[in-house]
Amino acid sequence: MGRIFKYVMLDIMKNKFVMIYTFILVLIGWSAFTLEDSSAKGILTLLNLILLTVPLVSILFSAIYIYNSAEFIELLISHPIKRKKIWLSLFWGLNSSLVTAFIIGAGIPLLIFAEPPLSFLMIGIGILITTIFVSIAMLCTIVYKDKAKGIGLTIVLWIYFALLFDGILLFLLFQFADYPIEQPMVLMTALSPLDLSRILILLQLDTSAIMGYTGAIFKDFFGTTIGMVVSLGLLILWGVLPFAYSLSKFKKKDL
Amino acid sequence: MIQIEKISKKFGKLSVLNSVDLFLNKGECIALVGPNGCGKTTLIKIILGMVIPDTGNILVNNESILKAELYKKQIGYMPQIGRYPQNMTIGQIIKMIKGIRNSDAELDYDLYKAYDLDSLLDKKMSTLSGGTMQKVSAVLAFMFNPAILILDEPTAGLDPIAAEKLKQKIIAEKQKGKLIIITSHLLSELDDMVSELIFMQEGDIIFHQSVSALKKYTQTEKISKAILQILKAGKNGKNI
Repeated sequence: MGRIFKYVMLDIMKNKFVMIYTFILVLIGWSAFTLEDSSAKGILTLLNLILLTVPLVSILFSAIYIYNSAEFIELLISHPIKRKKIWLSLFWGLNSSLVTAFIIGAGIPLLIFAEPPLSFLMIGIGILITTIFVSIAMLCTIVYKDKAKGIGLTIVLWIYFALLFDGILLFLLFQFADYPIEQPMVLMTALSPLDLSRILILLQLDTSAIMGYTGAIFKDFFGTTIGMVVSLGLLILWGVLPFAYSLSKFKKKDL
Repeated sequence: MIQIEKISKKFGKLSVLNSVDLFLNKGECIALVGPNGCGKTTLIKIILGMVIPDTGNILVNNESILKAELYKKQIGYMPQIGRYPQNMTIGQIIKMIKGIRNSDAELDYDLYKAYDLDSLLDKKMSTLSGGTMQKVSAVLAFMFNPAILILDEPTAGLDPIAAEKLKQKIIAEKQKGKLIIITSHLLSELDDMVSELIFMQEGDIIFHQSVSALKKYTQTEKISKAILQILKAGKNGKNI
């Protein structure tokens, strides 16, 4: 891993995008807590940051970076290096630089201004979401060889996870309001990593008290230790599976 | 040294290689010729593990190369069109490949000196002309003293002086007993280099002959004329 990973990291560092991303996260992170008088509002701002900005930046930057590395990958493959190593190095290079940006930008203000169990949960989920969307981006680049199509796919997927999925859930909720659908709803949230994350964090906030009966059902499941472990496990699966699938495809890809 | 067994490859519905069998020995300089799109580059890319064959097997030094990568230590590859990370300089590319190869063999700087790359080290790949890019590819292919050299259209894009330097280098390496595989359309250039000829057409090997036998059979002095004669004979229904 070592040598290739080092070249990928050097290359990403030269690219000023990650620096700008870190800077914007720092700006939002600090202003969210220092401009508002209650830290609860700051936490909600950061929650939206984790659920919207972080996935968008992670998926877009990773996909564009992989497409632009086509020459680098081609060059490496004619030398004695395992394909697996190349793909893993790209994944870890992208992931660690974006995670570092997130920890510096949003993690530090969270540690300073938020209460310990919640702040750790939010940082953990931010890291997981970064990983998940890097992993999905790498799968998109394998699905389409064409850059425009692949980046289009990443944007569609982001819209689906960040906006459409909620709409679908709400639609189902209203359509089947007469039936006891609370438990199937809990299962359905597993289909979107962002919804899983949102529920996990919201239940730690006081606002969960006003979510009514459905909120109570959610709390029954996600509020327990087992529920937490299961949903964190699901998030990890969301990070591992797309990447594992893209790796198996990359091993057989013609360049 | 390289044994190709029943390699087939399809891109979608297009069949590029149809069950190709070849045996390439060391000490030979082999020219791979044929019309555009006959599968030369695909065959080379399969040997390099860049394209995965549908069926068949390839052995380099009696070991299968499918799912292996260490055999590439013995191969120097010069692509038809070099593709390099655009934001790196020549110096950085050479340093990176050295780091990746991490070879303990003595490095071969002959072409590096002949092309005076020292004065170009700070140039970015995105600013290079096609010919300079080919020079970088050539230098990298020869640098690690590989036992097998695979050169895809080596002289295309090079100026006559640079092409001549490369030819001299190829002849010198051949005399050291290396296996050299060249694809080219410039048949006249191959005359003083190659010892064996493989002619491909639409994914099939039409013939694989030593150059001396070929010249004797067709009673010509030039490879280009020999090939023409065989092709004409083939059309008239005769086979060799």
